[in-house]
Amino acid sequence: MAPLDDDKKDVPIFSDYPSQMPKIECGASLDTNTFKAYPEHNEALGFPGELIDNWQEVAIAKIGELAKKNRAFQVYLDACVKCGACTDKCHYFLGTGDPKNMPVARQDLLRSVYRRYYTFAGKYFPWLVGARDLTKEVLDEWYTYYHQCSQCRRCSVACPYGIDTAEISMAAREILDTVGVGQKYCNEIIAKLKKTGNNLGLNPKALRATLEDLEEDLEDETGIEVKIPLDVKGADVLLITPSADFFAEPHIDGLLGYAKVFHASGVSWTISSYASEAANFGMFIGSYENMREVSWRIRQAAKDLGVKRIIFGECGHAWRVGYSFLNTLAGPFDFLDQNYPIPQHILEFTLDEIEAGKLKIDKSKNDEHIMTYHDSCNVARGSAMGPKEGGQFDVPRAVIKAVCNNFHDMERDTIRENTFCCGGGGGLLTDDLMDLRIKGAKPRMTALQQVTEDHGVNKMAAICAICKTQFSKVMPKYGYDMDSVMSVHQLVANAVILDGQETDEADPAAAEETP
Amino acid sequence: MISTVYAVLFYLATFLMVAGVGMKVFKYATTPVPLNIVVSPAPRTKRGVVFRMFREVIFFESLFKSNKWIWLFGYLFHWGMLIVLLRHFRYFTLNTWWWVEIISPIGKLMAFAMLAGLLGLWARRIFQERIRYISNPSDHLMLALLVGIAGSGTMMSYVTHTDIINVKAYFLGLMRFDLSHTLPADPILMAHLGMVVILMIIFPISKLLHVPGVFFAPSRTLVDNAREKRRVSKWARNLPPLPEGIPAKEEG
Repeated sequence: MAPLDDDKKDVPIFSDYPSQMPKIECGASLDTNTFKAYPEHNEALGFPGELIDNWQEVAIAKIGELAKKNRAFQVYLDACVKCGACTDKCHYFLGTGDPKNMPVARQDLLRSVYRRYYTFAGKYFPWLVGARDLTKEVLDEWYTYYHQCSQCRRCSVACPYGIDTAEISMAAREILDTVGVGQKYCNEIIAKLKKTGNNLGLNPKALRATLEDLEEDLEDETGIEVKIPLDVKGADVLLITPSADFFAEPHIDGLLGYAKVFHASGVSWTISSYASEAANFGMFIGSYENMREVSWRIRQAAKDLGVKRIIFGECGHAWRVGYSFLNTLAGPFDFLDQNYPIPQHILEFTLDEIEAGKLKIDKSKNDEHIMTYHDSCNVARGSAMGPKEGGQFDVPRAVIKAVCNNFHDMERDTIRENTFCCGGGGGLLTDDLMDLRIKGAKPRMTALQQVTEDHGVNKMAAICAICKTQFSKVMPKYGYDMDSVMSVHQLVANAVILDGQETDEADPAAAEETP
Repeated sequence: MISTVYAVLFYLATFLMVAGVGMKVFKYATTPVPLNIVVSPAPRTKRGVVFRMFREVIFFESLFKSNKWIWLFGYLFHWGMLIVLLRHFRYFTLNTWWWVEIISPIGKLMAFAMLAGLLGLWARRIFQERIRYISNPSDHLMLALLVGIAGSGTMMSYVTHTDIINVKAYFLGLMRFDLSHTLPADPILMAHLGMVVILMIIFPISKLLHVPGVFFAPSRTLVDNAREKRRVSKWARNLPPLPEGIPAKEEG
């Protein structure tokens, strides 16, 4: 991968307030392009390796096909009135000032082509309704700007009709894949997962070794044997967690937190090497077939191991797929224990344990942290938790408050359903888009800076592998340490005291050491 | 002669609008929703969704939260237009319904709300850089058309009254396929009716499709019940089945 030429980038500065309007600059991020996939990546996903000769014809036909297969796509292309309510809602627009990053303008890149070939007005009066022929320039523009959308759905919340740019963006990426123009980051990862069971390409042997190392760390820290089981048949719970939890910081500390909670609760659990990945990049590229194939592994792993429950670790889009799509894609899960939600989120599990009084907690262990919480977009707007509407906001906060004494929310317009994306979601967490990622993080970083000024907040917790990686990379650009982002279960891990744990050694930093 | 032309136009426009919107609604209703893509937080019950949509359609709730100016102008325009339209029932019913009588005086005034809303929206489209950027000629023409309709209507209410008795007789006749009545040869009336005809014709082929569309947007109209309820669309059911079990070579 090409090294980042940091000197070329403007040093990011905070906005005066998170939603501050940028100066509009046409083409400001036209040259920000993500690497294209190699033929073998595309082919592994069932797409043509390279741009096919009759791409135009195939792409136009694909628009028609998607409009027939997906009501959302059809209605969203028709219903927009260009009212402009969404225009100031996208973090990439706020960060780059490129007007094509305004949600409606992003949709229009595709809508203009749909109109040209599928509507009366566009066929006969293209100039009137902004309809365009599908040219190579348009295709390139799609590639550029549909890879500057993190599919976070903040614009959909703002739209009077609920038009969801994520759906348009997913469709556009599927059309691009169908004609042989895939994105390297997503397609390479999906290809890897199909081979090894996770995005990293980690084989079962390496995974076992990694988990054993982590078990040692846990024993060193607590003085007792805390297991991170792999491929244990007959366990109660199958944990599906992003593979970043096995190797990245602060993700690992979250995994150690899950292990402690499971240990304390006495529930037997296991990770599966066959489905050692919660992430499902099939969603990012809008491919139902790929998303289904990746989800199918979870079903097979659960059956093979004979578990009773499935629990998802901290991962944003994985939880959207898990909560909203898994039952459809890989269900019915009639072989699991129907007394528990299928699947369940680790935070739902942990909160239940906390409320049942099964965890011994010393909140003071987190006293050095003055916390805020970043709602991950896919959890906030694409899923839920617990029995009540809005549980996806309240459950994580309840857990944080149960293990921490200091918590302050960021500005209301930047959290919960209005949360700003971290800037790296939707398949954009790749070094070739670092410039965009830094700019896209600006609204969130500005909101964070406000609570740092007002309340001395020094740490932000997240429950998404992408958010955590993104923040640990971009926070230093905004003057925060890279470990200013934490896993929610890292806080849990700090505060939980296990039975028999050596308590005199009260070193809260121990859990943060890199293994 | 002109009366006959307008009669033909109104029959044609009515047919195109009803058939066109009907076809679109049929298409929306029969196109599958392969995944639950509701934007959360979302209601967990059907009743909750009905309440959510009620708030969206009656109060423009999401728009209110996202942009107060667009909400204000949009709200004035849509509610103004609704009351004005309801008032128009008096021209299409032999004996005016009691509730139309009640709203009639308000209806006359609401024309100004409608115009103010439209002009506000248009001003934003011209002067607000972001919205100017996303506007096509059709977006301006749509506003022009609506301003034209509202303006000509208001003219007839407040400035130069048309022969409303004959207009009513003409339309009551049209509704009974009796073409013996003639329209007053009043240019403002001609313009008003002509623009209404155009609006009716373009309804199913323009952004006016937001009217049926709002009721079919899966991001708002689905129930948040994905963990409990599967939804496998017909085309997804026909996908090739995936293999059962874990391939031996991959076992840890």
